[in-house]
Amino acid sequence: MGESGVAFPSLYDVWLMSALRSVFWLAAIASARLFAQADFSGEWAPLYHEDAPERLPGPELADYTELPINAAARMRADSWDADRISVVEEYQCRPHGSDYSMRGLGNLRIWREFDPATQRTLAIHTHMLAWDSERTIYLDGRPHPPDYAPHTWQGFSTGVWEGNMLTITTTHLKENYIRRNGVPRSDQAIVTEHWTRHGDYLTVTTVIDDPVFLTEPLVRSDNWYLDPGQHIGVFGCEYAAELPRPEGAVPHHLPGENPFLHEFATWYGLPFEATRGGAETLYPEYRRKLTGYKPPEKCERYCTCTNLFNCNR
Amino acid sequence: MAAVLLAGALPAQQSSPASAPNNAEIHVLPVQGAVSMLVGGGANITVQAGKDGILLVDTGLPELAPKIIAALRTLSDGPVRYIVNTHVHTDHTGGNEALAKLGRDNPPPTFPRIIANLAVQERMASNQIDVLWPNDTYSTPFKDFSFNNEPIVVYHIPAAHTDGDSLVFFRRSDVISAGDIFTPDRYPFIDLERGGSVQGIINGLNKILEITVPLRYQEGGTYVIPGHGRLCDEADVVEFRDMVTIIRDRVQDLIKKGMSLEQVKAAKPSFDYDTQYSGSPDAFVEAVYKSLKR
Repeated sequence: MGESGVAFPSLYDVWLMSALRSVFWLAAIASARLFAQADFSGEWAPLYHEDAPERLPGPELADYTELPINAAARMRADSWDADRISVVEEYQCRPHGSDYSMRGLGNLRIWREFDPATQRTLAIHTHMLAWDSERTIYLDGRPHPPDYAPHTWQGFSTGVWEGNMLTITTTHLKENYIRRNGVPRSDQAIVTEHWTRHGDYLTVTTVIDDPVFLTEPLVRSDNWYLDPGQHIGVFGCEYAAELPRPEGAVPHHLPGENPFLHEFATWYGLPFEATRGGAETLYPEYRRKLTGYKPPEKCERYCTCTNLFNCNR
Repeated sequence: MAAVLLAGALPAQQSSPASAPNNAEIHVLPVQGAVSMLVGGGANITVQAGKDGILLVDTGLPELAPKIIAALRTLSDGPVRYIVNTHVHTDHTGGNEALAKLGRDNPPPTFPRIIANLAVQERMASNQIDVLWPNDTYSTPFKDFSFNNEPIVVYHIPAAHTDGDSLVFFRRSDVISAGDIFTPDRYPFIDLERGGSVQGIINGLNKILEITVPLRYQEGGTYVIPGHGRLCDEADVVEFRDMVTIIRDRVQDLIKKGMSLEQVKAAKPSFDYDTQYSGSPDAFVEAVYKSLKR
């Protein structure tokens, strides 16, 4: 304070003010970076422009195209009998795994959970229409459970931000399917998802690493659009005995006795060997091996299938 | 005697170690209600603890008893009142003596009751297995009692993993301890020499499915502690039951076609499960074959 009674800042005061301003701006920048992370909260409606016949009416039997499966997975799928879903009560209300649920009836709600003390996002929660499936994606850095912990349909998910993209790792999944025609995905799979938002569109890219049934990662993508007016109803499911059956019966086809394996190839005019899946069949070079193959002249099955209402054969 | 002990602990098809590594750790996993699971002691150990003391289902490998006791004491300081042995093998019964000592101060009769199917005691006697034998055997389809204010039902599953298998159902906690009838990460070991059979294993798995009730959408509800492997529920048992049933059906079909054991093995009827389940596929298929040919 000067002699006139007017307060003049000392050099220390000037330094302190400058330092405080720096801290403020650093905090503001850091905060802005936090808030720059995409917010996925809201109601999302699925887009079925990718793989609609597989996702809506359901895959054809023995369609293993685009799947890098090994021979064990192929044999497992060949022996699968769709009767199992109805005959075995324990299958009737079995939900999709979280890796597959994004491809099914995927009306999706996303909301965030905040730490009231810090306002940091602790977790992201999702609710899917199909089987009322709910999932938590932890963002607080917690570790995944030990090997001996239970596995669930949704698995245990943790997420980290990579710029504006949320990368999610899911373990502890129950055994399930990667396609709803019996192609298996094991409980040892690790699923990585990349969530990105472009305005009112959400894209989820899913990478499945399964040491039991895949020879290389299976990569798929699914899209949603923001639909604030969407109302997700209650799914509901109650199992019941629908058919008389011997106690403990498990419908399956014995090796070499599945009569439906050639249907898909025949209906779509595809070489049978190309429908059997495997990593080799995923790549363009595989076409060179299909010598003598002539594609059908016109599409006759699921030609315009993009939503629930035009997916007619 | 060591050789006798080894024979009880490591049957030909079983993939669990005869002895535990020195650095073995015992982990405690609370399951639900009054029931927890101890992992890492050879076989899984089920613990029910409450105001009246401790009930154990199986007791692990003998050399790990000090570590098992230390883990147990993180759950309860109470005395061990009951031990249930799900079957005869010493990776499930080896700790009987050490853990029974935690019940020395019990009121008369002072020693903890060690419950098992009568066949377990008979196998221990006939095979001279060097563990503390059961002192409370049963030879009925089931035995029930109450402990820590919880009804407990012990079901005998005839001719399954062995001839003396028991499932233990904790009715209030809603947990089943399954023994080696259910091993979700490995092929089941069918101990043919001790009266096991593939159909008995399937019957046992179907009995588990009869008891279990999922909470919703085939998840949670009744939990199932397997003999080895992670904590499970009904859906996991279904996968395992399906695997055993399907391989049984395939082997049965090949037998009907007149194939020999070597031809059946060459046909690889378990091929699509071999990348998923540990243990020797050939040994499992052989056990299924011999079981069906009996």
